[in-house]
Amino acid sequence: MVPLSWYLILAAALFSVGLFGVLSRRNAVAILLGIELMLNSVNINLAAFWRYGNVLDMAGQVFAIIVFAVAAAEVAVGLALVISVYRKRNTVIADDIDLMKW
Amino acid sequence: MTTETLIWLIPFPPVLAFFLIVLFTNKNKVLSHTLAVGAAFLSWLGSMIVFVRALGVEHLGEHPFESSVNWLPTGDTWFRIGVLIDPTGAAVLFFVSITIFMIFLYSVGYQNYGQPQGDHDVKGLPPHGATVEEHGHKHVVPSVEPMYSRFFAFLGLFAFGMYVLVVSDNLLTFFVGWEIMGLCSYLLIGFWYAKPSARDAAVKAFMTTRIGDVFMLLGIAYLYSATGTLSFREIFTEETLQALATTMTPVLGLSAAGLIGLLLFIGTVGKSAQFPLHVWLPDAMEGPTPVSAMIHAATMVSAGVYAVIRMFPLITADFTGHGLTTTMSIIAFIGAFTALFAATIAVSQNDVKRVLAYSTISQLGYMIAALGIGAYVAAAFHLITHAFFKALLFLGSGSVIHGMEHGVLHTGNHHVDPQNMFNMGGLRKKMPITFWTFLIGGFALSGFPLITAGFWSKDEILADAFGHGYWWVFGALALAAFLTAFYTMRQITLTFLGEPRTKEAEHAQETPWPMTTPLVILAFFAVTYGWVGIPEHFPGLGGLVPNWFHEFVGGTLAEHPEALAFNWIPLITSLIVALGGLFFGWLVYRNVNSVSEDKLQIPLLKNKYYFDEAYDVLFVKPAYWIAETLVYKWMDQRLIDGTLHIFGPVTDKIGSFIRYYIDLLIVNQAVGDGSYKVTWWFGRNLRGVQTGRIQQYLMFALVIFMLVGAALYFYFRYFRLVA
Amino acid sequence: MTAEQIIFLVVALFTLGSGFMVVTTGNLVHAALWLVATLFGVAVVFALLNAGFLAVVQVVVYIGAIAILFIFAVMLTRKDMRDQGPQTNRGWWAGALIAVLVFAGLFFLLQGWNGLSKTAAAIPSGFDAVAELGNALVSPDAFVLPFEVASVLLLAALVGAVYVAFNRK
Repeated sequence: MVPLSWYLILAAALFSVGLFGVLSRRNAVAILLGIELMLNSVNINLAAFWRYGNVLDMAGQVFAIIVFAVAAAEVAVGLALVISVYRKRNTVIADDIDLMKW
Repeated sequence: MTTETLIWLIPFPPVLAFFLIVLFTNKNKVLSHTLAVGAAFLSWLGSMIVFVRALGVEHLGEHPFESSVNWLPTGDTWFRIGVLIDPTGAAVLFFVSITIFMIFLYSVGYQNYGQPQGDHDVKGLPPHGATVEEHGHKHVVPSVEPMYSRFFAFLGLFAFGMYVLVVSDNLLTFFVGWEIMGLCSYLLIGFWYAKPSARDAAVKAFMTTRIGDVFMLLGIAYLYSATGTLSFREIFTEETLQALATTMTPVLGLSAAGLIGLLLFIGTVGKSAQFPLHVWLPDAMEGPTPVSAMIHAATMVSAGVYAVIRMFPLITADFTGHGLTTTMSIIAFIGAFTALFAATIAVSQNDVKRVLAYSTISQLGYMIAALGIGAYVAAAFHLITHAFFKALLFLGSGSVIHGMEHGVLHTGNHHVDPQNMFNMGGLRKKMPITFWTFLIGGFALSGFPLITAGFWSKDEILADAFGHGYWWVFGALALAAFLTAFYTMRQITLTFLGEPRTKEAEHAQETPWPMTTPLVILAFFAVTYGWVGIPEHFPGLGGLVPNWFHEFVGGTLAEHPEALAFNWIPLITSLIVALGGLFFGWLVYRNVNSVSEDKLQIPLLKNKYYFDEAYDVLFVKPAYWIAETLVYKWMDQRLIDGTLHIFGPVTDKIGSFIRYYIDLLIVNQAVGDGSYKVTWWFGRNLRGVQTGRIQQYLMFALVIFMLVGAALYFYFRYFRLVA
Repeated sequence: MTAEQIIFLVVALFTLGSGFMVVTTGNLVHAALWLVATLFGVAVVFALLNAGFLAVVQVVVYIGAIAILFIFAVMLTRKDMRDQGPQTNRGWWAGALIAVLVFAGLFFLLQGWNGLSKTAAAIPSGFDAVAELGNALVSPDAFVLPFEVASVLLLAALVGAVYVAFNRK
């Protein structure tokens, strides 16, 4: 009896929270945390649409599985990068990693 | 060879000599003078053959030797040029060829051929003498002229011009010869070009004769436009002359014939140094003496009289025999006036050549006056006799100067002027041949009775003037004759008689044979030529020898002039003036030894009536002013150059303006610098965006994304463009 | 308000609250632990959506691997003691604003969609979601290619991560 809109709003809210985390956290790892939240919100959306659409069509779930894989890969590489930068620069503050500054 | 072909060939040997000398033999003196004298000889030979043949032709006046060729295409017809020898032409050819030949021969000696080169002779100055060692001691001898070959080249060209003029059958080639002689007079008067006085004299001669030439050319042009031809034979036909005589022109009430005659006569005024264009002839004495003889006796001035003689039918086209026409009056007046005027100046001149120069002007006045009153034969006769004795006198004076220069070189005193008569004296003993020939020439000039040619010709002019009733002409000419005899005797007395007045005169010596031989030959003609023109009605002698000259030359005219009836008065007058003048001259001057004793050194006469000064103020200075100030300073420098000079600063200002206001300010600063500054400003101020901080990039991206998304959403939603 | 709805609301609040704590807490380890809680909440949401497999995979992969990875990363980068201070950067208010705007925008977009109040259809009996998912993943007519490509992606990520973080001494 839960309308689809509730799931969608939940996903939107989770997405916004994640976005806030990405945009305003100092620590690079914390930014990646925010990204994880966003990806999870996407997964919720996909699953909700699968369930409230044509259940027989597994495209929704498959998409969610792929998103899992992508998220895992992204986290792995991202954290590897952060650790590598940490080794070089001795910092994980995103604002201090500004070599691309003008 | 036919006579016509021979006539064509006569002018060419001298000009050929000119070209060969100029191009090839300039350095070789012997070859040059051989070419020149040889050429003069060939022309003389040709002229003699033509003359002899001309004598043998009956009525040569009606059937002259003529030959012409088509030369210039003029539309449908041709302009023809050619040669013409009628009786006048033949007589003139006779004396021209002899005098030219004599002058060429004389020049070999005059330019000191065979003498050593001078010590410090430069080209352009008269030779100064060479020091030679002889028997252990040195003395100075006359040196050879450095520009020897050039002289003969110019003489050759001059002879060519005269021959062309004499044999021409049309006014165009006549004028060509006229102008060639004008050029050569410039070249030869200014022969010693390093002397400023010679240069000035050459320019003066050329300019003055040029004035005459302009009017002559106008006359020729008018004649051509009126008749369509310039050939003498075609102009002097009855119909043409009648047509010209009856056409009226707006000038002075003259007929066309009269106006053309007057214009052509002005050319003669210039060339024959008549008043008022006489000023060039005395200055022309700057040239070497053979040149003076050439120009002033044999050729150039005679060409002027010859022009009037040739155009006589035209000038007298409206002359009826009673009362002179306007043109003829002008001609007679100028002639008589010049004769008297020049004679008065001659009595006060001290330079031996100047006296002869003024004498030439005076005698030419005689001829012109004779033509003015219609005495054709008398004028032609006097022309020829004058050529002989004047050439003789000039060459004789050259010989005297040469002898005096020898004395100057001997004493080494270069301040003594070898041409001043008051430095001479007693030369009859030192230079006998020169003395006797000069005496003959002087007597001829004075008109010594019976044995000199001058007497016969002068007497005929006086008789003509008297016989036709032109008293004023008669009077003026008689007075001039008296003065002529007077100054001639003055000249002879001062130069040859008495005792030497200076050391230089004492050491004078006779000149070599190339110089004395021509004197002798010319003296012969000065004596004998008169006898071919003895008037028929002369008491005693008349009729013994036929008046060949009158018959022969008179035949040139369409109407054969009648022989004048004899009258005692002109004869007595001429005897009185001639003998009286000679006697008085000798009387006054046999005791005068220096300039201060000479009572006739009247300043007015000595300074030639201040004509040169007057012309200077009237014409020369204004001409200079126009050239230097008006044209050069005001027009050329200020106006033209000024205008041009404006271009520089104006262009500079425009350029500066463009540079500073447009190029620098706008293009450089605004556009060039401006674009970089703007870009730099944007860059500097916008680079702040590149913080290197990812979160900021992300925020920007999200903001833009949301804005674009909202725009697209509303766009598609409300305009329903999505399918 | 049915029981489903109430359960959903509780789970949703739990998830959102944990998420919020993830992004605001100062201590990074705490943040990682709150992430675990959030992920767990999401797994429950999957379960509510009858996507059982997804729920289990979420717990195993996300919580079991990724969250652990995060904790490792936090620990490996702890030399810098600054994570004790304020953990938000200077422009955090701009980030908050944007997040709110995004949510508002999404909410607004959702409002305009009329399929919003759809209720879940019943699941047909005998429908085995997991089997079907497995079929879909390996069936050549379905999604075997993305599946294989995802494998390659994981391999690439693995190699990449090792290479990037390799400590050459």
